[in-house]
Amino acid sequence: MIDPSAASVVPTTDPSTYLPAQPITGDLTDQMLETDFWTDDLVASAGIPIVDVPFVTVGGGIGSFVTVDYLRIAGVPTSQMRVLSTLDFPWQTYEYLTRVSQVPRPERIRSDSASRPDNIWGFPSYGFAEGVKKFNPKVLWQLFSEPIFADYYTPKAGNVFEQLERESKRINYDEMLVKGLVRIVRRRYGGGYFTILTPPAGASATKRVAFRSQYVHLAVGYPGLKFLPELQRYRTENNDYQHIVNAYEAHEHVYERLVQKPSTVLVRGGGIVASRILQRLMDDREKFGAQTNIVHLFRTYITGTNDGYGNESDPRPGGGRTRVTMRRRGGNGWAYQGFNYPKSVWGGQLKAQVRNLEGEERAELYKRMGGTNTPWRKLWQKQMNQGRREGWYNCVVGTVDAMEPSGDRIVNHVRTAHGVVPIEVDFVIDCTGLEADIAEHRLLKDLLEHGGASRNPVGRLNVDRSFELIGTGSGNGAMYASGATTLGGYFPGVDTFLGLQVAAQEIYLDLNKRGFCKKIGPVRSTVQWWKWLAGSTP
Amino acid sequence: MLPTLNGRIQTRIFMLVVFGGLITLVLTPMLPGDPDYRTTYLILAAVLVLGIVWELVYHVIQQFRWEKDWPTMFGLITALNEGALVWLLLDLELVPGIDYPSDGVPFWAFFIDFTVIWLVVWIWTNGPMRVPFIRWRFFGGRIV
Ligand SMILES: Cc1cc2nc3c(=O)[nH]c(=O)nc-3n(C[C@H](O)[C@H](O)[C@H](O)COP(=O)(O)OP(=O)(O)OC[C@H]3O[C@@H](n4cnc5c(N)ncnc54)[C@H](O)[C@@H]3O)c2cc1C
Repeated sequence: MIDPSAASVVPTTDPSTYLPAQPITGDLTDQMLETDFWTDDLVASAGIPIVDVPFVTVGGGIGSFVTVDYLRIAGVPTSQMRVLSTLDFPWQTYEYLTRVSQVPRPERIRSDSASRPDNIWGFPSYGFAEGVKKFNPKVLWQLFSEPIFADYYTPKAGNVFEQLERESKRINYDEMLVKGLVRIVRRRYGGGYFTILTPPAGASATKRVAFRSQYVHLAVGYPGLKFLPELQRYRTENNDYQHIVNAYEAHEHVYERLVQKPSTVLVRGGGIVASRILQRLMDDREKFGAQTNIVHLFRTYITGTNDGYGNESDPRPGGGRTRVTMRRRGGNGWAYQGFNYPKSVWGGQLKAQVRNLEGEERAELYKRMGGTNTPWRKLWQKQMNQGRREGWYNCVVGTVDAMEPSGDRIVNHVRTAHGVVPIEVDFVIDCTGLEADIAEHRLLKDLLEHGGASRNPVGRLNVDRSFELIGTGSGNGAMYASGATTLGGYFPGVDTFLGLQVAAQEIYLDLNKRGFCKKIGPVRSTVQWWKWLAGSTP
Repeated sequence: MLPTLNGRIQTRIFMLVVFGGLITLVLTPMLPGDPDYRTTYLILAAVLVLGIVWELVYHVIQQFRWEKDWPTMFGLITALNEGALVWLLLDLELVPGIDYPSDGVPFWAFFIDFTVIWLVVWIWTNGPMRVPFIRWRFFGGRIV
């Protein structure tokens, strides 16, 4: 459900299904909310039932899935773990976000062939399986020659979901899933944690249920995806939710209108989501004869080689131009990069380098290799070139000062290098992917205030090299976090399938040292891989 | 591949010792020109020693790549420069320890052994290696 006036564009669970109208027993008390360490008695006296389980993971998205997948392979039975989530299946949020941002099941996602959240080994890779199963020499050639002579191979969304479904059945994921919204996690007096869950109405006799566990893992995804503030203001002030949309909310109606009526669309942003939206707009021109004019607004226009600080001659600390060993291709506004970080952050040089950096130095390297970017893809280049030639795709560089309605249309006053220019359009599609601060997530805010958690050099949750949340230790218990909330740590590629698996591996290893699971050595690993291949439970 | 320098060298040694060693053991008696084990293993050792030097060169080249990756294709085509150099040294009788026959080391023996090892190692590195060693791909190809 999307609350149209909400600042977040990700559908949130309807709170009314979680907060019963009539007061019932077993709720959090003021005393509990004020206490950083809870005793068993404190929880029991509030009338909240306590469930004992050694390990809980909060979120139930891809991050939770790959973590329990690792632990299942490391020999942990389903009875020892619970996944606390509002989702019915792990790829639900991901599928929603990709579908609305124009990656339906038949389209290809962004990550590479060996980023397989359903397979901890990444072998066989998606591409290899696709090439061999249906004997497709084109795919095999692409895998061999990428990225030199071909675009990077990336799997189809639908295939990723089908494989996730298979793995989820194999590890009996559903036996571990408990539905509900996690309200709070607090340390337990005497070690471990209490995780307070609000189950859906009718699922429990009490309003809350407490999970008492030695280990907690948090994979809550994005704390929130936001609109640009000026767009949000325009929407609320003019009560217009039709003409201004975010790429992460359902906006099919825009494309339907464009096919019926020649219109102008302003696309904002220079990342992969902008690329996808442009592809859809251009595909519709080609397939359905839409007469869409596209104005593409870049805040930073990349003209050639670049790094996270911008173009060659843009200012950067220490002065100078981009380093010869640290420069990325770019042009026509875009910075080109296969994946959301340089590939070696997932296993090579950059991963090793960042792992050894602290504070300022780490933040600097993040900045240098960061910046908005998108892959260079043959199809996209062809479409944009055609648009430029035929005059229906135009770029503007600047920021929006103000927006005002003009009949059915919207005038954007864009501040450019040549002064403020009015740009009148029928629709605005926001592809900037602005992420909310972690403190906007209630659970995380509470951890910062009462749980001992802190922020890293880029402002997200501070985790150590094994993804344990620094400062949250509780006796013999440990709390871990992975995904977008931990960006800025010793490992940069956190918010991706492979990044979530890298984190899961570190977490599994730490839990192994603490005696919770078996070690996945060469023999166990090989045996387990054969089981994966055969589809039998780990 | 996403190697670090340390990982490159470790993977190189591991692959040539394990696969190079086994394949040479099996192939030597079948190779044309009847080379003896001493010759084939000394050639393998030469490939290994030179290979470590090559890895340094590749590492430098890799620095000029934004992604700091080593494309799959590079792993195969570097057989050409590496093979050519080893053959040149064999032809000039510069690889120490070998009793060079009067008509030189048989080319096809070298070619077959080298190619088979290279192909097997390349395939293994690009997939199956990840099965027994789950940390290998996330640590730049390091084994220890
Ligand atoms: C459009 C888009 C495309 C992407 N494409 C790729 C790609 O091609 N390849 C790639 O590797 N990565 C990609 N990513 C990045 C990333 O891999 C995915 O976003 C992935 O789903 C992240 O997994 P996660 O577990 O961190 O979060 P999610 O999968 O979002 O799961 C977290 C879940 O936690 C739930 N939650 C939050 N708070 C609570 C609470 N208090 N109680 C209970 N549940 C809660 C949320 O409802 C959410 O569903 C993409 C991201 C986006 C937005």
